[in-house]
Amino acid sequence: MKTLNGRAWKFGDMVTTDHICPGRYFHLRTNLPELAKHTLEDARADYAKNVKPGDIVVAGRNFGMGSSREHAPVVIKVSGASAVVAKSFARIFYRNAVNIGLPVVICDTSRIEDGDELSIDLETGKLIDMTKKFEIKFAPMPAAMMGILSEGGLVPYIQKHGDLKI
Amino acid sequence: MSEKILGQKAGREVSAGEIVVTEVDYVFAHDASGPLTLDQLKTLNISKPAHPDRTILILDHAVPSPNSTISNNQARLRKWAKETGSRFSEAGEGICHQVMAENYASPGQVVLGTDSHTVTAGALGAFATGMGATDIAVAIGLGKTWLRVPESIKIEVEGALQPGVYAKDVILTAIGKLGVEGANYKALEFVGETISKMRIDERLTLSNMAVEAGAKVGLISSDATTKKYLESRGRGKNFQQIAPDKNAEYEREMTIEAENVEPTVAFPDNVDNVKPVSEAAGLEMQQVFIGSCTNGRLQDLQIAAKILKGKHVSPNIRLIVTPASRETLILAMQDGTIEALVQAGASVTPPGCGVCFGALGGVPADGERILTTTNRNFLGRTGNPNAGTYLASPATAAATALKGALTDPRRLA
Ligand code: SF4
Repeated sequence: MKTLNGRAWKFGDMVTTDHICPGRYFHLRTNLPELAKHTLEDARADYAKNVKPGDIVVAGRNFGMGSSREHAPVVIKVSGASAVVAKSFARIFYRNAVNIGLPVVICDTSRIEDGDELSIDLETGKLIDMTKKFEIKFAPMPAAMMGILSEGGLVPYIQKHGDLKI
Repeated sequence: MSEKILGQKAGREVSAGEIVVTEVDYVFAHDASGPLTLDQLKTLNISKPAHPDRTILILDHAVPSPNSTISNNQARLRKWAKETGSRFSEAGEGICHQVMAENYASPGQVVLGTDSHTVTAGALGAFATGMGATDIAVAIGLGKTWLRVPESIKIEVEGALQPGVYAKDVILTAIGKLGVEGANYKALEFVGETISKMRIDERLTLSNMAVEAGAKVGLISSDATTKKYLESRGRGKNFQQIAPDKNAEYEREMTIEAENVEPTVAFPDNVDNVKPVSEAAGLEMQQVFIGSCTNGRLQDLQIAAKILKGKHVSPNIRLIVTPASRETLILAMQDGTIEALVQAGASVTPPGCGVCFGALGGVPADGERILTTTNRNFLGRTGNPNAGTYLASPATAAATALKGALTDPRRLA
């Protein structure tokens, strides 16, 4: 998997699925490009307007807490972000992100600031903050999940392998 | 208990941390995530569930449908269920988790749904957990899923609850101690005398909110109460006893003395932001909602009706009540509960998710406070990020509706 490069969008702790993809846009759930215009709206209203392809969502603890709506990682992906980096993730969000092929990285994000240029190597487990010139190492994802992610998600994984064999 | 259930499924011993591929007993999708689930099945080129009789499509999030987009989505799910011979629960039958408890889930089963509160069925001793649309599509299509066997956290509740204090107060207290990420990736197990004495209604409230501490599942042993419940629902033959071993290993143990639990309220915007109601009493509310998969069952409505009967809610309050299922609504009509609530000023809406997630109605105005019996108070959860959502029990909700401000239900007696 190639290196991911992008600008950091910094968020705090406990960003919920309602921040990411508010329930009030329920009616847009079958129109992903429209739904994605509200990505992270209740956390930072400027995100969806200004995010550039490849940008990286950077957050604190327990990112994606709450609902099992897969639309949460989906809109982040559709919005153009190439990855989410957080101190920790809520369980269902993490699994959903891998299933839809959105890279998720767990590491200490405290020193990363909004707008920093980041470069991430998922395989070696290295994140470089090019703006501030420091490097953070992280544990690569468990093999079972890395297998799914590197195929682009669970659907392509099953299309290729024909079955669920972990 | 997780190891037991998943081990029984796998036909071998399994231990925490291990990843297992397991058969799924029941899998459901609802109208909020069902369309994406069907899209994924289509991409996978799967036109039929592995087990149509174990696949259930449930319309509950938007009941009745407010616009043509949602109506079309619901029509698509309805049609798919018919074509594939899957089971189907029509809009108005009830909230998915209530439908699963009433009709399907049983001890020792693996139950999956496109909804984080699928954990509710853990109250019946099922390994029940929520997943996203893609995982559910795979579970529907292949009849199996992969799971990491979770470590367990024991929540032991001993003694008797005070009058006016309920399961909701217990779980809010527990989440206050655990924190919203305190059980991330783990299984919660609720044990102890207080839990054994609880009815299934109350147990469902506990398990329902396990996910609010991040847990994958919220398990309660199946016992004589579970057996009776299943028998009353025509599923007596599905009973099996699931209980933790005497020497079960826990990653963490927490004891709650029931008599010390107070009516509890979670302040915005996180579920672990809890306080005893008595400490915040008098905080004015503008709207009260009694309903949801957490607290929309018969007993919940009865508790509220008992407080409101023969009285009227405060002129400053809009009270909305939504029964969790059609069966709940019928029973609550037959015993006079609904009449008492409506006489007291409640608007009763059809069984479904209702006000809970802010998409269908009952949205509070800017600057307002809404007290609800639901499970989440995240920013914007009830439809307006400029309003505050507070969580409490049906008793606290009814007492608050009566007074127009946060009220400890013990003070009414
Ligand atoms: S009642 Fe609320 S929490 Fe329960 S399933 Fe419906 S939207 Fe989700």
